[in-house]
Amino acid sequence: MTRVVVDVMLKPEILDPQGQAVADALPRLGVTGVRSVRIGRRIELEFESTPERQQLDELADQLLANPVIEDYAISLPEQAIPEEAA
Amino acid sequence: MRIGVVTFPGSLDEVDAARAVALAGAEPVSLWHGDQDLRDVAAVVLPGGFSYGDYLRCGAIARFAPVMTAVRQAAHDGLPVLGICNGFQILCEAGLLPGALTRNRHLRFRHRDQWLRIETAGTAWTDSYEAGQEIVIPLKSGEGCYVADPDTLAELAASGRIVARYLGENPNGSLDDIAAVCNETGNVVGIMPHPEHAVEMLTGPSTDGLGFFTSVLKHLTGAETTGVPA
Repeated sequence: MTRVVVDVMLKPEILDPQGQAVADALPRLGVTGVRSVRIGRRIELEFESTPERQQLDELADQLLANPVIEDYAISLPEQAIPEEAA
Repeated sequence: MRIGVVTFPGSLDEVDAARAVALAGAEPVSLWHGDQDLRDVAAVVLPGGFSYGDYLRCGAIARFAPVMTAVRQAAHDGLPVLGICNGFQILCEAGLLPGALTRNRHLRFRHRDQWLRIETAGTAWTDSYEAGQEIVIPLKSGEGCYVADPDTLAELAASGRIVARYLGENPNGSLDDIAAVCNETGNVVGIMPHPEHAVEMLTGPSTDGLGFFTSVLKHLTGAETTGVPA
C-alpha cells in the first residue's frame, strides 16, 4: 500500500477569507504577533501499489485542486515499507 | 422549443428553472445527471443548489457527471447553456467559463434582492435586454466571489464578456463587481444571482429574470429563421 498526501492551498494572490477570520480571532485567545493565516486542505489517498507521478498530477490538477485558484503539492510521506523492515 | 434543465444530486432550483422556461413559452425537459445524451433540447440550464453536497469545491464533482460530457461537447458546437449560481460554479469548474467562484469575502451566506446592470445584451441569454439596463433579481449564495487572473479579467472586459455587474454594495467581493460572464461565442453564460426566481410577481421581487429565458427563445428562433449559426 502506498499513501499519497495532496496538500491544496489557495494561491498566494487569492484572498483567503477563512484564514483571515481565524487570524482576526486569534487576539481574542490572547495570541498576538501572527501576521497571517492561510487555510488549505489535506487529502490522503491510499493506493494498492505506487501510482505513476503523471497519474497523481492529473488527479490533483483535474479534481483535487482547481488550478485557477489553488496550488497543490504531492508527497509520499511513508513509502511502502517492506515487511522485514518492521 | 425544448429546453433542458439538469438535475444533479443536491440540485435545488430545477423546478423553478423549469417553470421559468415554461413561462417564457418553451417546453422544459428534465435531464438527469447520469444522462448520456441531451434528448434533442435546443438549450440547457444548469440550476442552482448544492450539487453533490458541494463536497471538495462547489461544482467540482458535478463537472464529471455523465451529462456534462454531452453538455461540454454541445456547448462547443454552439448550444446555449445557462449556469445559475451552482450552475455557474459547475461551468467554471468544467472549463466552459473562465475564472472561479470562491467563498464570499465576508464569509456570510448572502441572500437578498440584488440590483444588477446588464453590461452585454448580445449573448444567447441576454438578447431581450438592453446594455445598461438595470434589473433586480434574488441572490442567495455563500461562494459567489468571482475571481480570475488580471489578464483574464482584462480580456473579459475588453471583449464584452462581462455580462452583468452588481450595483450598490458588492455582495460577495467579486472582482470588478462581476455577477455574470460568458464564453467567447456568447452561447454559454454563468450568473450568480437567480433570474429563475424573478419571473412572477407572486414569488419574486420583479419579473426582470424572465428576460434570460425569453432571450434564448429569441436567439434560437432568430437563428432558425435567418440561418445564421448560433
